[in-house]
Amino acid sequence: MRVLLHAVPWLAAIAAYFLMPERLPLLSSIAIAALFTVSLDLIVGYAGVVTLGQAAFFGAGAYTAGLLAQNGWGEPLSGLLAAAAVAAVLGLVTAPLVLRSGALAGLMVTLGLGLMLYEAANKAAAITGGADGLQGVEVWPVLGVFRFDLYGQTAYLYSLAVLFVLFWLAKLIVASPYGLSLRGINGNPRRAPALGVPVKTRLTVAYALAAAYAGVAGALLAQTTAFVSLDALSFQRSADGLLMLVLGGLGSLYGALIGAAAFTLAHHALSEASPIFWQFWLGIALIALALYGRGGLMGLLRKLMPRGAGS
Amino acid sequence: MAEPLLVVEGLTGGWGEGVVLENLSLSLREGEAMALLGRNGAGKTTLICALMGVARRRAGTIRLGGVPLERLATEKRAVLGLGWVPQERNIFRSLTVEENLTAVARPGRWDLRAVYGLMPRLEERRSNLGNELSGGEQQMLALGRALMLNPRLLLLDEPLEGLAPVIVQALLAAIRRLVRDEGMTAIIVEQHAHQILPIADCAVILDRGRVAAEGAAAEMLAAPEILDRHLGLNAH
Repeated sequence: MRVLLHAVPWLAAIAAYFLMPERLPLLSSIAIAALFTVSLDLIVGYAGVVTLGQAAFFGAGAYTAGLLAQNGWGEPLSGLLAAAAVAAVLGLVTAPLVLRSGALAGLMVTLGLGLMLYEAANKAAAITGGADGLQGVEVWPVLGVFRFDLYGQTAYLYSLAVLFVLFWLAKLIVASPYGLSLRGINGNPRRAPALGVPVKTRLTVAYALAAAYAGVAGALLAQTTAFVSLDALSFQRSADGLLMLVLGGLGSLYGALIGAAAFTLAHHALSEASPIFWQFWLGIALIALALYGRGGLMGLLRKLMPRGAGS
Repeated sequence: MAEPLLVVEGLTGGWGEGVVLENLSLSLREGEAMALLGRNGAGKTTLICALMGVARRRAGTIRLGGVPLERLATEKRAVLGLGWVPQERNIFRSLTVEENLTAVARPGRWDLRAVYGLMPRLEERRSNLGNELSGGEQQMLALGRALMLNPRLLLLDEPLEGLAPVIVQALLAAIRRLVRDEGMTAIIVEQHAHQILPIADCAVILDRGRVAAEGAAAEMLAAPEILDRHLGLNAH
C-alpha cells in the first residue's frame, strides 16, 4: 500500500510524458521547479532557516553549467556536479552571515545576497551576457547517447531522472539521524546543544546542501533550455519557490513536489486564460491556505489518507 | 587511587549578574548515584545547569574523567559524556518517540533496544509524536534520549516532579535499575529525599548555593535530624 503511494507521483510524471507530448517544456519546468522547491524545503521546512535568496544558488548553478557548455564543455552530468559544487561553496561561504544573527536579520541577509548576485551578473555582461542572457550554450547528449531534441523529450526525461535521484537522496538525508537532528533544532534550538548537537555546524551543512540542490536545479534549466537569463537569479524566483513550498506543505518532500506542480500548472492555466488575474487568484489561494490549510496541499492529502502514509 | 569521575572544585556561578552557587565543591565516583537534595532555590538546578555550561560560571573547575569541562561549549560537554535530563524535558515535539531517540544516538551500550528494554512503554509509543505523550511518557523519553548519548554521567533534574503516582513508580523502577544494576553514574536532583535516598549511594544537601551536608545515602536515611534541619517538611 505505502509502496504504491510512493510510486504515484512518479507514475503520474511518466504518464504525463505520453499523454501530453506537446507540453513537454512545461513538464520540464515543473520538474526543475520541484527540485528547486525540494532545496527550499531542506533549508526552510526541515532546518527552519527562512530564506528569500535561494535564487542566488539556482542562478549560480545555471551560470556555472551554462558557462561550461558555452566554453566547450557541454557534458551534462559533470555540468550538474560543477553547478552543485559552486553553489555549495557559495552556500558555505555565506552561511555564517545568514546564521549568525536572529531570524529576521538572517532573512535580510539572504535577500541582500540574492540582490547583489543579480546585479553582479547584470554588470558582468562580458561573461554572463547581462540582460541579453547567456547565448551559445551547447550541451552534449546525456551519457553520450540521448541528444536534446526539439520537442523536449530528452530534456523532460533527463530533468525527471535527476529529480528522482535527488529526491530520494533527500528522503534518505531527512530520515537519517542528521536530518532528524535538523528537525530537532528546528523545534527546539536552545535544547539541541545539551544533546550533543552542534547547531551551527548542522545548519551550515544544511544551508550548503540546499544550495547545492538549488544549483543543480539551475543547471538543469540552463542545460535543457540552452540559455541562461538573469531571471535565474531574480527575487521573483526565490519568492515563487517559497510559495510553491507553502502551497505544497513545509517539511514534507512530497509537499514540495505537489506544490511545484500545482503552482506551475495553475500559473500556466490561469495566465493563458487571463494573465492579469494570475496574481489575484494566487493571492486568494495563499490567504485561504494560510487561514485554513496549515500543512498545505500535503496536509489536505494526509487528512484523506490512512495515518502514517506518505511523509 | 584514581580520581573520581566527576570533580567540581570551587564552583561559583549563577544567572546573569546573580550568584547562586558559592565556592561549591563535590565529587562523584564512577558507578555511584548521588542524590542532590535541598529546598526550593537552594541551587540544585543551577548546579546542573552550570555543569552543562548553561548557567554562568564565574570561578571554579569541573573535571569529568580528568578532562576540564568548564570552558567547553554545551554540546562538547554532552559529547564528552554528560547526559542531561532537564526539568522541562524538552523533547522534540514534532518527532516521533523513535525519531527523538535516534536523532541524538551515539554509539555504545545504549541503543534503541536497550532503551526499550528499560522502558517498554516507549516501545509501545514508538510511532507517536512527542506532543502526543503524557507527562510521564515525556519524562521517560527524555531519560531514554539522554541514554542514547551513551553518557558517562547522567544528570536527572527532578525526574519525578508533577507525575502521577503510578508513573512515579515505573520511572523510579527504571532509574533504580539504571543505577543499581547497570552501574550508571548519576546525579539525581530531588526535593523528596525519601523517594531517592533508598536507591542512591551518596547524598549532597545544598543550602543557599553551598554544600550544607554530605554523606552516604544510608546514613542520611538513618539520621532524619539532618534531613529535617536542611530540608524541613520536604524530607518526608
